[in-house]
Amino acid sequence: MSDHLPDWIGSEGNPPNFGDPTAVLEPEPYEVVSRSDDEMVLSMGPQHPSTHGVLQVVLGIDGETVKRAEPEIGYLHTGIEKSAENLFWNQSLTVIDRMDYLAPLTNNFAFCRGVEKLLGITGQVPRRAQQIRVMMAEMTRITSHCIWLGTHAIDLGAISPFFFTVDLRENILDLIEAASGARMNMTYFRVGGINGDLPEGFLERLDEVIAKFPRRMRDLRDLLQKNPIWTDREVGVGVISAEDAVAWGLTGPSLRASGVAYDLRKIEPYSTYEEYEFDVPTRTEGDCYARFLVRLDEMEESMRIIEQVRKNLEPGPIMVNEPAVALPPKPSIGLSMESLIHHFKLVSEGFRVPAGDVYGAVEGPRGEIGYYIVSNGENRPWRVRTRPPSFYNLQALRKIAAGNLIADVVVMIGSLDPVFGEVDR
Amino acid sequence: MEMSANNLFLAKIDEAARWAQSSSVWPLTMGLACCAIEMMVIPAPQYDISRIGSEVFRSSPRQADLMIVSGRVSNKMAPIVRRLYDQMAEPKWVISMGACASSGGVFDNYAILQGIDQVVPVDVYVPGCPPTPDGLVYAINLIQQQIRTGGRGGIFARA
Repeated sequence: MSDHLPDWIGSEGNPPNFGDPTAVLEPEPYEVVSRSDDEMVLSMGPQHPSTHGVLQVVLGIDGETVKRAEPEIGYLHTGIEKSAENLFWNQSLTVIDRMDYLAPLTNNFAFCRGVEKLLGITGQVPRRAQQIRVMMAEMTRITSHCIWLGTHAIDLGAISPFFFTVDLRENILDLIEAASGARMNMTYFRVGGINGDLPEGFLERLDEVIAKFPRRMRDLRDLLQKNPIWTDREVGVGVISAEDAVAWGLTGPSLRASGVAYDLRKIEPYSTYEEYEFDVPTRTEGDCYARFLVRLDEMEESMRIIEQVRKNLEPGPIMVNEPAVALPPKPSIGLSMESLIHHFKLVSEGFRVPAGDVYGAVEGPRGEIGYYIVSNGENRPWRVRTRPPSFYNLQALRKIAAGNLIADVVVMIGSLDPVFGEVDR
Repeated sequence: MEMSANNLFLAKIDEAARWAQSSSVWPLTMGLACCAIEMMVIPAPQYDISRIGSEVFRSSPRQADLMIVSGRVSNKMAPIVRRLYDQMAEPKWVISMGACASSGGVFDNYAILQGIDQVVPVDVYVPGCPPTPDGLVYAINLIQQQIRTGGRGGIFARA
Protein backbone atom coordinates (compact mmCIF):
# COMPACT_ATOMS: atom_id res chain seq x y z
CA MET A 1 0.00 0.00 0.00
CA SER A 2 1.48 3.32 -1.03
CA ASP A 3 2.00 6.00 1.57
CA HIS A 4 0.11 8.69 -0.26
CA LEU A 5 -3.17 6.80 -0.27
CA PRO A 6 -5.75 7.48 2.45
CA ASP A 7 -5.53 4.73 5.07
CA TRP A 8 -9.12 3.63 4.58
CA ILE A 9 -8.38 2.32 1.10
CA GLY A 10 -7.88 -1.40 1.31
CA SER A 11 -8.68 -1.63 5.02
CA GLU A 12 -12.47 -1.69 4.91
CA GLY A 13 -13.09 -0.87 1.29
CA ASN A 14 -15.48 1.86 2.36
CA PRO A 15 -15.00 5.60 2.18
CA PRO A 16 -14.81 7.48 5.46
CA ASN A 17 -17.97 8.28 7.32
CA PHE A 18 -18.62 11.96 7.02
CA GLY A 19 -20.34 11.89 10.39
CA ASP A 20 -22.99 14.38 11.31
CA PRO A 21 -24.91 15.11 8.09
CA THR A 22 -25.72 18.62 9.25
CA ALA A 23 -22.08 19.54 9.81
CA VAL A 24 -20.52 21.84 7.23
CA LEU A 25 -17.72 20.22 5.30
CA GLU A 26 -14.89 22.51 4.34
CA PRO A 27 -13.97 21.95 0.69
CA GLU A 28 -10.33 22.15 -0.21
CA PRO A 29 -9.39 25.75 -1.01
CA TYR A 30 -9.23 26.51 -4.70
CA GLU A 31 -7.33 29.38 -6.20
CA VAL A 32 -9.95 29.69 -8.85
CA VAL A 33 -11.26 33.17 -8.21
CA SER A 34 -8.51 35.74 -8.16
CA ARG A 35 -7.69 39.00 -9.77
CA SER A 36 -4.56 40.68 -11.04
CA ASP A 37 -3.99 43.70 -13.24
CA ASP A 38 -4.59 42.11 -16.58
CA GLU A 39 -6.36 38.86 -15.79
CA MET A 40 -9.28 37.76 -13.71
CA VAL A 41 -9.60 34.09 -12.93
CA LEU A 42 -13.13 32.80 -13.02
CA SER A 43 -14.31 29.30 -12.25
CA MET A 44 -17.10 27.92 -14.38
CA GLY A 45 -18.57 24.79 -12.85
CA PRO A 46 -18.60 22.09 -11.60
CA GLN A 47 -22.23 23.01 -11.02
CA HIS A 48 -23.12 24.98 -14.09
CA PRO A 49 -26.06 24.37 -16.43
CA SER A 50 -23.96 24.64 -19.57
CA THR A 51 -21.05 22.40 -18.75
CA HIS A 52 -23.09 19.25 -19.52
CA GLY A 53 -22.24 17.56 -16.30
CA VAL A 54 -19.59 18.14 -13.74
CA LEU A 55 -16.90 19.93 -15.71
CA GLN A 56 -15.05 22.80 -14.15
CA VAL A 57 -13.42 25.23 -16.54
CA VAL A 58 -11.01 27.68 -14.95
CA LEU A 59 -11.09 30.71 -17.22
CA GLY A 60 -8.53 33.45 -17.28
CA ILE A 61 -10.44 36.44 -18.63
CA ASP A 62 -9.67 39.95 -19.66
CA GLY A 63 -13.00 41.72 -19.73
CA GLU A 64 -15.26 39.44 -21.74
CA THR A 65 -12.42 37.81 -23.62
CA VAL A 66 -11.09 34.45 -22.57
CA LYS A 67 -7.30 34.36 -22.44
CA ARG A 68 -6.99 30.79 -21.29
CA ALA A 69 -9.31 27.95 -20.37
CA GLU A 70 -8.21 25.02 -18.25
CA PRO A 71 -10.69 22.12 -18.04
CA GLU A 72 -10.59 20.58 -14.59
CA ILE A 73 -11.96 17.07 -14.67
CA GLY A 74 -12.39 14.21 -12.23
CA TYR A 75 -15.54 15.30 -10.40
CA LEU A 76 -17.29 12.17 -11.61
CA HIS A 77 -14.40 9.75 -11.21
CA THR A 78 -16.12 6.47 -10.47
CA GLY A 79 -13.38 3.89 -10.65
CA ILE A 80 -15.26 1.99 -13.33
CA GLU A 81 -12.14 0.43 -14.84
CA LYS A 82 -11.11 -0.82 -11.41
CA SER A 83 -14.61 -2.09 -10.65
CA ALA A 84 -14.63 -4.01 -13.92
CA GLU A 85 -11.55 -5.94 -12.81
CA ASN A 86 -13.49 -7.39 -9.89
CA LEU A 87 -16.42 -8.65 -11.94
CA PHE A 88 -16.91 -11.60 -14.27
CA TRP A 89 -16.55 -10.84 -17.95
CA ASN A 90 -20.27 -10.56 -18.54
CA GLN A 91 -20.83 -8.68 -15.28
CA SER A 92 -18.24 -6.07 -16.26
CA LEU A 93 -20.62 -5.03 -19.01
CA THR A 94 -22.96 -3.57 -16.40
CA VAL A 95 -20.44 -1.09 -15.02
CA ILE A 96 -19.00 -0.36 -18.45
CA ASP A 97 -22.51 0.66 -19.51
CA ARG A 98 -22.34 3.53 -17.07
CA MET A 99 -19.38 5.24 -18.71
CA ASP A 100 -21.01 6.82 -21.72
CA TYR A 101 -24.51 6.84 -20.30
CA LEU A 102 -25.98 8.60 -23.32
CA ALA A 103 -25.11 5.64 -25.53
CA PRO A 104 -24.56 2.67 -23.23
CA LEU A 105 -24.83 0.08 -25.96
CA THR A 106 -21.80 1.33 -27.86
CA ASN A 107 -19.76 0.71 -24.69
CA ASN A 108 -21.15 -2.81 -24.56
CA PHE A 109 -20.47 -3.24 -28.25
CA ALA A 110 -16.80 -2.29 -28.02
CA PHE A 111 -16.17 -4.39 -24.93
CA CYS A 112 -17.95 -7.45 -26.35
CA ARG A 113 -16.00 -7.15 -29.58
CA GLY A 114 -12.76 -7.07 -27.65
CA VAL A 115 -13.58 -10.09 -25.51
CA GLU A 116 -14.88 -11.99 -28.52
CA LYS A 117 -11.58 -11.35 -30.30
CA LEU A 118 -9.70 -12.75 -27.32
CA LEU A 119 -11.95 -15.79 -27.23
CA GLY A 120 -11.60 -16.20 -30.99
CA ILE A 121 -15.34 -16.33 -31.61
CA THR A 122 -15.73 -13.10 -33.56
CA GLY A 123 -16.71 -14.97 -36.72
CA GLN A 124 -19.16 -17.25 -34.92
CA VAL A 125 -21.45 -14.60 -33.48
CA PRO A 126 -24.75 -15.30 -35.24
CA ARG A 127 -25.85 -13.02 -38.00
CA ARG A 128 -29.11 -12.03 -36.36
CA ALA A 129 -27.27 -10.98 -33.19
CA GLN A 130 -24.89 -8.87 -35.27
CA GLN A 131 -27.77 -7.21 -37.06
CA ILE A 132 -29.66 -6.45 -33.85
CA ARG A 133 -26.46 -5.07 -32.36
CA VAL A 134 -26.05 -2.71 -35.28
CA MET A 135 -29.67 -1.66 -35.06
CA MET A 136 -29.47 -0.97 -31.33
CA ALA A 137 -26.15 0.84 -31.63
CA GLU A 138 -27.59 3.13 -34.28
CA MET A 139 -30.68 3.72 -32.17
CA THR A 140 -28.58 4.80 -29.22
CA ARG A 141 -26.61 7.05 -31.55
CA ILE A 142 -29.83 8.85 -32.46
CA THR A 143 -30.94 9.13 -28.82
CA SER A 144 -27.53 10.42 -27.82
CA HIS A 145 -27.54 13.06 -30.52
CA CYS A 146 -31.09 13.97 -29.44
CA ILE A 147 -29.91 14.79 -25.93
CA TRP A 148 -26.88 16.62 -27.32
CA LEU A 149 -29.01 18.77 -29.61
CA GLY A 150 -31.65 19.52 -26.98
CA THR A 151 -29.17 20.58 -24.30
CA HIS A 152 -26.98 22.44 -26.77
CA ALA A 153 -30.01 24.43 -27.89
CA ILE A 154 -30.99 25.18 -24.28
CA ASP A 155 -27.48 26.50 -23.66
CA LEU A 156 -28.02 28.93 -26.51
CA GLY A 157 -31.42 29.99 -25.26
CA ALA A 158 -33.74 27.94 -27.47
CA ILE A 159 -35.95 25.62 -25.46
CA SER A 160 -38.34 24.28 -28.13
CA PRO A 161 -35.81 21.98 -29.85
CA PHE A 162 -35.41 20.18 -26.53
CA PHE A 163 -39.10 19.25 -26.51
CA PHE A 164 -38.86 17.91 -30.06
CA THR A 165 -35.71 15.91 -29.41
CA VAL A 166 -37.05 14.47 -26.16
CA ASP A 167 -40.14 13.30 -28.00
CA LEU A 168 -38.03 11.55 -30.63
CA ARG A 169 -35.80 10.08 -27.95
CA GLU A 170 -38.77 8.77 -25.97
CA ASN A 171 -40.12 7.04 -29.08
CA ILE A 172 -36.83 5.25 -29.59
CA LEU A 173 -36.36 4.54 -25.88
CA ASP A 174 -39.76 2.83 -25.84
CA LEU A 175 -38.44 0.44 -28.47
CA ILE A 176 -35.18 -0.13 -26.64
CA GLU A 177 -37.05 -0.69 -23.40
CA ALA A 178 -39.31 -3.24 -25.07
CA ALA A 179 -36.28 -5.19 -26.28
CA SER A 180 -33.89 -4.85 -23.35
CA GLY A 181 -36.08 -4.02 -20.37
CA ALA A 182 -34.48 -0.70 -19.48
CA ARG A 183 -34.56 2.83 -20.77
CA MET A 184 -30.95 3.57 -19.99
CA ASN A 185 -27.94 1.45 -19.03
CA MET A 186 -29.51 -1.52 -20.76
CA THR A 187 -26.64 -4.05 -20.84
CA TYR A 188 -28.44 -5.71 -23.73
CA PHE A 189 -25.35 -7.23 -25.32
CA ARG A 190 -23.50 -10.24 -24.01
CA VAL A 191 -20.17 -11.68 -24.94
CA GLY A 192 -21.08 -13.87 -27.91
CA GLY A 193 -24.43 -12.35 -28.78
CA ILE A 194 -27.30 -10.49 -27.19
CA ASN A 195 -29.38 -11.11 -24.10
CA GLY A 196 -32.75 -11.79 -25.69
CA ASP A 197 -34.50 -11.70 -28.99
CA LEU A 198 -36.67 -8.82 -30.12
CA PRO A 199 -40.14 -8.97 -28.58
CA GLU A 200 -43.34 -9.48 -30.53
CA GLY A 201 -44.60 -6.40 -32.33
CA PHE A 202 -41.20 -4.71 -32.15
CA LEU A 203 -40.70 -4.38 -35.86
CA GLU A 204 -44.15 -2.89 -36.40
CA ARG A 205 -43.46 -0.27 -33.75
CA LEU A 206 -40.09 0.36 -35.33
CA ASP A 207 -41.80 1.00 -38.65
CA GLU A 208 -43.93 3.68 -37.01
CA VAL A 209 -40.86 5.42 -35.63
CA ILE A 210 -39.10 5.16 -38.99
CA ALA A 211 -42.14 6.72 -40.66
CA LYS A 212 -42.27 9.55 -38.15
CA PHE A 213 -38.55 10.29 -38.20
CA PRO A 214 -38.16 12.42 -41.37
CA ARG A 215 -40.84 14.83 -40.20
CA ARG A 216 -39.16 15.22 -36.83
CA MET A 217 -35.81 15.89 -38.45
CA ARG A 218 -37.41 18.45 -40.76
CA ASP A 219 -38.91 20.19 -37.74
CA LEU A 220 -35.54 20.33 -36.04
CA ARG A 221 -33.80 21.66 -39.12
CA ASP A 222 -36.52 24.27 -39.58
CA LEU A 223 -36.12 25.38 -36.00
CA LEU A 224 -32.35 25.76 -36.01
CA GLN A 225 -30.48 25.38 -39.25
CA LYS A 226 -31.41 28.71 -40.84
CA ASN A 227 -32.22 30.44 -37.57
CA PRO A 228 -30.24 33.73 -37.62
CA ILE A 229 -29.60 33.64 -33.86
CA TRP A 230 -28.32 30.10 -34.09
CA THR A 231 -26.03 30.77 -37.05
CA ASP A 232 -24.74 33.97 -35.43
CA ARG A 233 -23.71 32.05 -32.35
CA GLU A 234 -22.30 29.02 -34.18
CA VAL A 235 -20.75 29.95 -37.51
CA GLY A 236 -17.04 30.61 -37.27
CA VAL A 237 -16.92 29.85 -33.54
CA GLY A 238 -14.42 27.34 -32.18
CA VAL A 239 -12.67 26.46 -35.41
CA ILE A 240 -10.48 23.35 -35.23
CA SER A 241 -8.27 22.74 -38.24
CA ALA A 242 -7.90 19.24 -39.64
CA GLU A 243 -4.24 19.06 -38.55
CA ASP A 244 -5.08 20.13 -35.02
CA ALA A 245 -7.99 17.73 -34.82
CA VAL A 246 -5.77 14.81 -35.80
CA ALA A 247 -2.96 15.96 -33.53
CA TRP A 248 -5.26 16.26 -30.52
CA GLY A 249 -6.70 12.81 -31.15
CA LEU A 250 -10.22 13.94 -31.89
CA THR A 251 -12.62 11.39 -33.34
CA GLY A 252 -16.26 11.25 -34.28
CA PRO A 253 -18.31 14.22 -35.45
CA SER A 254 -15.78 16.67 -34.00
CA LEU A 255 -13.13 15.27 -36.32
CA ARG A 256 -15.38 14.84 -39.32
CA ALA A 257 -16.55 18.46 -39.07
CA SER A 258 -12.91 19.42 -39.67
CA GLY A 259 -12.78 17.52 -42.92
CA VAL A 260 -11.32 14.15 -41.96
CA ALA A 261 -13.68 11.36 -43.00
CA TYR A 262 -12.56 8.92 -40.33
CA ASP A 263 -15.31 6.55 -39.33
CA LEU A 264 -14.60 3.07 -37.99
CA ARG A 265 -17.80 1.79 -39.55
CA LYS A 266 -16.33 2.48 -42.99
CA ILE A 267 -12.62 2.07 -42.36
CA GLU A 268 -12.76 -1.14 -40.41
CA PRO A 269 -16.31 -2.45 -40.88
CA TYR A 270 -17.56 -4.74 -38.15
CA SER A 271 -20.78 -6.61 -37.44
CA THR A 272 -22.28 -6.46 -40.95
CA TYR A 273 -21.68 -2.70 -41.34
CA GLU A 274 -20.02 -3.43 -44.67
CA GLU A 275 -23.39 -4.48 -46.12
CA TYR A 276 -25.23 -1.23 -45.54
CA GLU A 277 -25.29 1.77 -47.74
CA PHE A 278 -24.57 4.92 -45.80
CA ASP A 279 -22.49 8.04 -46.11
CA VAL A 280 -20.07 9.53 -43.64
CA PRO A 281 -21.17 13.15 -43.29
CA THR A 282 -18.14 15.42 -43.47
CA ARG A 283 -17.71 19.19 -43.45
CA THR A 284 -14.59 21.23 -43.90
CA GLU A 285 -15.29 24.37 -41.85
CA GLY A 286 -14.39 22.85 -38.48
CA ASP A 287 -16.53 25.30 -36.51
CA CYS A 288 -19.42 24.68 -34.11
CA TYR A 289 -21.96 25.00 -36.92
CA ALA A 290 -20.18 22.31 -38.94
CA ARG A 291 -20.22 19.97 -35.95
CA PHE A 292 -23.95 20.69 -35.55
CA LEU A 293 -24.64 19.87 -39.21
CA VAL A 294 -22.52 16.72 -39.13
CA ARG A 295 -24.44 15.38 -36.15
CA LEU A 296 -27.81 16.16 -37.74
CA ASP A 297 -26.73 14.38 -40.92
CA GLU A 298 -25.46 11.48 -38.83
CA MET A 299 -28.87 11.01 -37.25
CA GLU A 300 -30.36 10.65 -40.72
CA GLU A 301 -27.63 8.23 -41.81
CA SER A 302 -28.24 6.18 -38.67
CA MET A 303 -31.89 5.92 -39.52
CA ARG A 304 -30.93 4.82 -43.02
CA ILE A 305 -28.88 2.00 -41.52
CA ILE A 306 -31.74 1.03 -39.18
CA GLU A 307 -34.11 0.85 -42.16
CA GLN A 308 -31.72 -1.43 -44.03
CA VAL A 309 -31.25 -3.67 -41.00
CA ARG A 310 -35.02 -3.81 -40.60
CA LYS A 311 -35.36 -4.92 -44.23
CA ASN A 312 -32.61 -7.52 -44.10
CA LEU A 313 -33.18 -8.86 -40.59
CA GLU A 314 -32.84 -12.63 -40.73
CA PRO A 315 -34.31 -15.17 -38.32
CA GLY A 316 -31.87 -17.32 -36.44
CA PRO A 317 -30.08 -17.76 -33.15
CA ILE A 318 -28.99 -14.73 -31.16
CA MET A 319 -26.21 -16.30 -29.13
CA VAL A 320 -23.03 -17.99 -30.23
CA ASN A 321 -23.15 -21.79 -30.26
CA GLU A 322 -20.26 -22.16 -27.85
CA PRO A 323 -21.15 -23.86 -24.56
CA ALA A 324 -18.10 -22.38 -22.84
CA VAL A 325 -19.58 -18.88 -23.18
CA ALA A 326 -23.30 -19.15 -23.86
CA LEU A 327 -25.91 -20.11 -21.31
CA PRO A 328 -27.90 -23.24 -22.23
CA PRO A 329 -31.38 -22.59 -23.64
CA LYS A 330 -33.82 -21.82 -20.86
CA PRO A 331 -36.29 -24.70 -21.52
CA SER A 332 -33.53 -27.29 -21.33
CA ILE A 333 -32.62 -26.24 -17.78
CA GLY A 334 -35.82 -27.73 -16.44
CA LEU A 335 -35.36 -30.97 -18.35
CA SER A 336 -31.71 -31.87 -18.23
CA MET A 337 -29.40 -32.10 -15.21
CA GLU A 338 -26.37 -31.33 -17.39
CA SER A 339 -27.93 -28.11 -18.59
CA LEU A 340 -28.76 -27.09 -15.04
CA ILE A 341 -25.18 -27.73 -13.87
CA HIS A 342 -23.81 -25.94 -16.90
CA HIS A 343 -26.05 -22.96 -16.25
CA PHE A 344 -25.09 -22.88 -12.58
CA LYS A 345 -21.38 -23.03 -13.35
CA LEU A 346 -21.57 -20.25 -15.90
CA VAL A 347 -23.57 -17.99 -13.61
CA SER A 348 -21.61 -18.63 -10.44
CA GLU A 349 -18.11 -18.81 -11.90
CA GLY A 350 -18.36 -17.11 -15.26
CA PHE A 351 -16.24 -18.25 -18.17
CA ARG A 352 -12.51 -18.00 -18.62
CA VAL A 353 -10.86 -16.03 -21.37
CA PRO A 354 -7.45 -17.06 -22.73
CA ALA A 355 -4.55 -14.92 -21.56
CA GLY A 356 -3.62 -12.09 -23.86
CA ASP A 357 -4.44 -8.53 -24.67
CA VAL A 358 -6.73 -7.04 -27.25
CA TYR A 359 -8.14 -3.73 -28.40
CA GLY A 360 -11.79 -3.65 -29.38
CA ALA A 361 -13.29 -0.47 -30.74
CA VAL A 362 -16.47 0.75 -32.37
CA GLU A 363 -17.67 4.07 -33.65
CA GLY A 364 -19.75 5.62 -30.91
CA PRO A 365 -21.79 8.81 -31.12
CA ARG A 366 -18.83 10.82 -29.84
CA GLY A 367 -16.12 9.01 -31.74
CA GLU A 368 -13.98 5.96 -31.48
CA ILE A 369 -14.74 4.22 -28.22
CA GLY A 370 -12.30 1.45 -27.54
CA TYR A 371 -11.32 -0.96 -24.81
CA TYR A 372 -7.85 -2.30 -24.31
CA ILE A 373 -8.43 -5.47 -22.37
CA VAL A 374 -5.82 -7.65 -20.73
CA SER A 375 -6.69 -11.14 -19.58
CA ASN A 376 -4.51 -13.47 -17.56
CA GLY A 377 -6.72 -16.45 -18.25
CA GLU A 378 -9.04 -15.90 -15.31
CA ASN A 379 -12.78 -15.43 -15.21
CA ARG A 380 -12.30 -11.69 -14.66
CA PRO A 381 -10.48 -9.08 -16.72
CA TRP A 382 -7.00 -8.33 -15.40
CA ARG A 383 -7.09 -4.80 -16.74
CA VAL A 384 -9.60 -2.77 -18.69
CA ARG A 385 -8.41 0.46 -20.17
CA THR A 386 -10.86 2.69 -21.97
CA ARG A 387 -10.24 5.01 -24.85
CA PRO A 388 -13.06 7.45 -24.18
CA PRO A 389 -13.71 9.73 -27.16
CA SER A 390 -15.09 12.57 -24.99
CA PHE A 391 -11.85 12.81 -23.06
CA TYR A 392 -9.81 13.41 -26.19
CA ASN A 393 -12.42 15.68 -27.74
CA LEU A 394 -12.54 17.81 -24.61
CA GLN A 395 -8.82 18.54 -24.83
CA ALA A 396 -9.53 20.72 -27.85
CA LEU A 397 -11.37 23.17 -25.60
CA ARG A 398 -8.10 24.62 -24.34
CA LYS A 399 -7.02 25.31 -27.86
CA ILE A 400 -10.22 26.81 -29.23
CA ALA A 401 -11.46 28.80 -26.24
CA ALA A 402 -8.54 31.23 -26.08
CA GLY A 403 -9.32 34.56 -27.71
CA ASN A 404 -13.07 34.07 -27.76
CA LEU A 405 -15.84 35.47 -25.58
CA ILE A 406 -17.05 33.77 -22.41
CA ALA A 407 -20.45 33.16 -24.01
CA ASP A 408 -18.73 31.26 -26.82
CA VAL A 409 -17.12 28.84 -24.38
CA VAL A 410 -20.62 27.53 -23.65
CA VAL A 411 -21.18 26.95 -27.37
CA MET A 412 -17.84 25.18 -27.72
CA ILE A 413 -18.40 22.82 -24.79
CA GLY A 414 -21.82 21.98 -26.20
CA SER A 415 -20.53 21.39 -29.70
CA LEU A 416 -17.78 19.04 -28.48
CA ASP A 417 -20.49 16.98 -26.75
CA PRO A 418 -18.54 15.58 -23.80
CA VAL A 419 -20.10 13.03 -21.45
CA PHE A 420 -18.48 13.11 -18.07
CA GLY A 421 -19.18 9.58 -17.10
CA GLU A 422 -16.77 8.76 -19.89
CA VAL A 423 -14.25 11.55 -19.38
CA ASP A 424 -13.76 10.80 -15.69
CA ARG A 425 -14.71 7.10 -15.67
CA MET B 1 -59.09 26.49 3.52
CA GLU B 2 -62.72 27.37 3.17
CA MET B 3 -64.67 29.73 0.97
CA SER B 4 -67.37 32.03 2.30
CA ALA B 5 -70.48 33.25 0.45
CA ASN B 6 -68.87 36.54 -0.58
CA ASN B 7 -66.00 34.96 -2.50
CA LEU B 8 -63.68 35.32 0.45
CA PHE B 9 -61.16 32.67 1.35
CA LEU B 10 -60.49 31.96 4.96
CA ALA B 11 -57.30 30.06 5.75
CA LYS B 12 -54.67 29.73 8.39
CA ILE B 13 -51.49 31.43 7.28
CA ASP B 14 -49.53 28.28 7.95
CA GLU B 15 -51.77 26.19 5.72
CA ALA B 16 -51.86 28.76 2.96
CA ALA B 17 -48.09 29.13 3.02
CA ARG B 18 -47.63 25.39 2.86
CA TRP B 19 -50.03 25.11 -0.03
CA ALA B 20 -48.13 27.82 -1.89
CA GLN B 21 -44.77 26.28 -1.04
CA SER B 22 -45.79 22.81 -2.13
CA SER B 23 -47.08 24.13 -5.45
CA SER B 24 -43.84 25.84 -6.40
CA VAL B 25 -41.02 23.44 -5.65
CA TRP B 26 -38.21 24.63 -7.90
CA PRO B 27 -35.41 22.13 -8.41
CA LEU B 28 -31.74 23.00 -8.68
CA THR B 29 -30.04 22.30 -12.00
CA MET B 30 -27.41 19.92 -10.76
CA GLY B 31 -26.78 17.04 -13.08
CA LEU B 32 -24.20 14.53 -11.96
CA ALA B 33 -24.37 11.31 -13.96
CA CYS B 34 -26.76 8.95 -15.75
CA CYS B 35 -29.73 9.95 -13.58
CA ALA B 36 -29.27 13.56 -14.69
CA ILE B 37 -30.44 12.54 -18.16
CA GLU B 38 -33.65 11.13 -16.72
CA MET B 39 -33.94 14.24 -14.54
CA MET B 40 -33.53 16.48 -17.57
CA VAL B 41 -36.51 15.03 -19.41
CA ILE B 42 -39.07 15.68 -16.68
CA PRO B 43 -39.81 19.27 -17.81
CA ALA B 44 -40.43 17.96 -21.34
CA PRO B 45 -44.02 17.43 -22.52
CA GLN B 46 -44.02 13.68 -21.84
CA TYR B 47 -43.70 14.16 -18.07
CA ASP B 48 -44.22 17.90 -17.72
CA ILE B 49 -43.62 18.79 -14.10
CA SER B 50 -45.11 22.22 -14.83
CA ARG B 51 -48.36 20.49 -13.98
CA ILE B 52 -47.29 20.28 -10.36
CA GLY B 53 -45.57 23.65 -10.23
CA SER B 54 -41.93 22.58 -10.57
CA GLU B 55 -41.22 23.63 -14.10
CA VAL B 56 -38.48 26.15 -13.36
CA PHE B 57 -35.09 24.52 -12.94
CA ARG B 58 -32.93 27.11 -11.24
CA SER B 59 -29.22 27.16 -11.87
CA SER B 60 -28.47 29.21 -8.79
CA PRO B 61 -28.81 27.41 -5.47
CA ARG B 62 -30.06 30.66 -3.93
CA GLN B 63 -33.26 30.39 -5.95
CA ALA B 64 -33.88 26.67 -5.65
CA ASP B 65 -36.00 24.77 -3.12
CA LEU B 66 -35.22 21.23 -4.08
CA MET B 67 -31.92 19.53 -4.69
CA ILE B 68 -32.13 16.41 -6.84
CA VAL B 69 -28.89 14.51 -6.32
CA SER B 70 -28.97 12.77 -9.67
CA GLY B 71 -26.27 10.21 -9.87
CA ARG B 72 -23.09 8.95 -8.29
CA VAL B 73 -21.26 11.38 -6.05
CA SER B 74 -17.51 11.00 -6.07
CA ASN B 75 -15.39 11.91 -3.08
CA LYS B 76 -14.17 14.90 -5.06
CA MET B 77 -17.72 16.10 -5.71
CA ALA B 78 -19.13 15.49 -2.22
CA PRO B 79 -17.89 18.76 -0.64
CA ILE B 80 -19.36 20.68 -3.55
CA VAL B 81 -22.73 19.00 -3.17
CA ARG B 82 -22.64 19.95 0.50
CA ARG B 83 -21.67 23.53 -0.31
CA LEU B 84 -24.52 23.83 -2.79
CA TYR B 85 -26.88 22.51 -0.15
CA ASP B 86 -25.61 25.10 2.30
CA GLN B 87 -26.10 27.84 -0.25
CA MET B 88 -29.76 26.99 -0.78
CA ALA B 89 -32.21 29.09 1.18
CA GLU B 90 -34.41 27.49 3.84
CA PRO B 91 -36.76 25.70 3.59
CA LYS B 92 -35.10 23.17 1.31
CA TRP B 93 -35.59 19.56 0.38
CA VAL B 94 -33.36 16.86 -1.05
CA ILE B 95 -34.19 13.93 -3.32
CA SER B 96 -31.62 11.20 -3.57
CA MET B 97 -32.16 9.92 -7.10
CA GLY B 98 -31.02 6.46 -8.00
CA ALA B 99 -29.06 3.66 -6.41
CA CYS B 100 -25.68 5.41 -6.52
CA ALA B 101 -26.84 8.55 -4.73
CA SER B 102 -28.77 6.51 -2.19
CA SER B 103 -26.23 3.83 -1.38
CA GLY B 104 -23.31 3.86 -3.79
CA GLY B 105 -25.11 1.42 -6.07
CA VAL B 106 -22.89 -0.95 -8.01
CA PHE B 107 -19.84 1.18 -7.29
CA ASP B 108 -18.62 -0.05 -3.94
CA ASN B 109 -15.13 1.30 -4.43
CA TYR B 110 -12.60 3.95 -3.45
CA ALA B 111 -14.08 6.73 -5.56
CA ILE B 112 -17.75 6.88 -4.79
CA LEU B 113 -19.51 8.17 -1.70
CA GLN B 114 -21.60 5.30 -0.33
CA GLY B 115 -24.82 7.24 -0.02
CA ILE B 116 -25.39 10.96 -0.25
CA ASP B 117 -27.04 10.96 3.18
CA GLN B 118 -23.52 11.04 4.59
CA VAL B 119 -23.22 14.67 3.52
CA VAL B 120 -26.74 16.08 3.16
CA PRO B 121 -30.02 15.13 4.87
CA VAL B 122 -32.26 13.31 2.40
CA ASP B 123 -36.04 13.59 2.30
CA VAL B 124 -36.95 11.09 -0.40
CA TYR B 125 -34.94 8.21 -1.84
CA VAL B 126 -35.81 7.04 -5.36
CA PRO B 127 -34.65 3.51 -6.19
CA GLY B 128 -33.61 2.50 -9.70
CA CYS B 129 -30.58 2.60 -11.92
CA PRO B 130 -31.60 5.03 -13.21
CA PRO B 131 -35.14 5.55 -11.91
CA THR B 132 -37.67 6.30 -14.61
CA PRO B 133 -38.83 9.91 -14.95
CA ASP B 134 -42.18 8.73 -13.60
CA GLY B 135 -40.40 7.62 -10.44
CA LEU B 136 -38.85 11.04 -10.05
CA VAL B 137 -42.17 12.81 -10.60
CA TYR B 138 -43.63 10.57 -7.90
CA ALA B 139 -40.78 11.56 -5.59
CA ILE B 140 -41.59 15.24 -6.15
CA ASN B 141 -45.21 14.41 -5.30
CA LEU B 142 -44.00 12.89 -2.04
CA ILE B 143 -41.99 16.05 -1.32
CA GLN B 144 -45.17 18.06 -1.87
CA GLN B 145 -47.05 15.80 0.52
CA GLN B 146 -44.32 16.27 3.08
CA ILE B 147 -44.51 20.03 2.72
CA ARG B 148 -48.28 20.01 3.20
CA THR B 149 -48.17 17.75 6.23
CA GLY B 150 -44.97 19.17 7.67
CA GLY B 151 -43.08 15.88 7.94
CA ARG B 152 -39.43 15.47 7.04
CA GLY B 153 -37.01 12.83 6.01
CA GLY B 154 -36.16 9.35 4.96
CA ILE B 155 -39.07 8.34 2.71
CA PHE B 156 -38.51 5.54 0.24
CA ALA B 157 -40.37 6.20 -3.02
CA ARG B 158 -41.69 2.72 -3.59
CA ALA B 159 -43.90 2.44 -6.65
